[in-house]
Amino acid sequence: MTAAWVTVFALCATLAVTKGIGPVALGDRELPITFTKIIDLLAPAILAALIAVGTFTNADGDLVIDARAAGLAAAAAVYAVSRKSILLAVGAAAVTAALVRAIA
Amino acid sequence: MEFGGGHGLRAGMRDGAPLAAASLLLGTSFGVLAEPVMGTVAPVVMSAIVFAGSAQFGSLAVLAAGGGAGAAIAAGVLLNMRYMPMGISIAASTRGGWLRRGLAAQPLIDAGWAMSYRGDGRYDIRYMWGVTAVNYPMWVSGTALGVLAGDTIGDPDRLGLDALFPAFFLGLLVGDATEGRRGWVAALLGATLALTLTPMTPPGVPIMTACLAALIALVPNGDDT
Repeated sequence: MTAAWVTVFALCATLAVTKGIGPVALGDRELPITFTKIIDLLAPAILAALIAVGTFTNADGDLVIDARAAGLAAAAAVYAVSRKSILLAVGAAAVTAALVRAIA
Repeated sequence: MEFGGGHGLRAGMRDGAPLAAASLLLGTSFGVLAEPVMGTVAPVVMSAIVFAGSAQFGSLAVLAAGGGAGAAIAAGVLLNMRYMPMGISIAASTRGGWLRRGLAAQPLIDAGWAMSYRGDGRYDIRYMWGVTAVNYPMWVSGTALGVLAGDTIGDPDRLGLDALFPAFFLGLLVGDATEGRRGWVAALLGATLALTLTPMTPPGVPIMTACLAALIALVPNGDDT
């Protein structure tokens, strides 16, 4: 089997365990209020980290500002006008990033 | 998440539609980049049974650079690590025996998870399934399209497709994922932690570590909730 196929099957198996381990181990028991408060903040923390890493870092682990930052700024401009216009914002981000790359 | 405020599978499918469009494009991008490295079948199977964008791009980068399976798997596992705390967070919202709960968590993806949060530590699991139900076919067929039409499409980055998901996640963040001042503090802290760690740790570790930003919930607060 090639390295690609080994990678595919290994990631399938490990991800299934990674996703399932919490619900399997904890079940549906009631959570302490402290835990609930932490969960409240988990989405903003992870989403912001995904945005930051997806926009301002490259494959070599360097911090960069490139066409993706312009794309994110375009999306932010759309959201400033209408928070619900997700499709428009996502489209504006891609078009802006593409334009910046075309010019650069 | 407001998004029309619906609950259940159908609402998730409806609210997941914009994301599905982005998934189609990013899946195509993955197919284009993966075909020269992994062949025609493996990328599509990977999208079908791994179904995790960041891990797929991350492990592909390792393979493309001449790395072996071990390094590629390690990269993918690290990038998927965040799904463990996310899985723990939805545990109390799952029902049934251990197998059913474990299976209920399999459609977990970043956006669907964030969108299905209903406050007080509760997630609308069926809604989360709905988001994934419209995304999954787009991600897989996008990959197939990219594999087949790679020569026509050329360099996907030229099209700005790598700007799609940050823009979508920003929409979730300004939606109401950050309700209250603490949400914004957690977001800023998470982003700062991730960017600080990126130059010195393997990919995936920064996002995983950013989860720790949620611990500011333990700091006693005054009037803000």
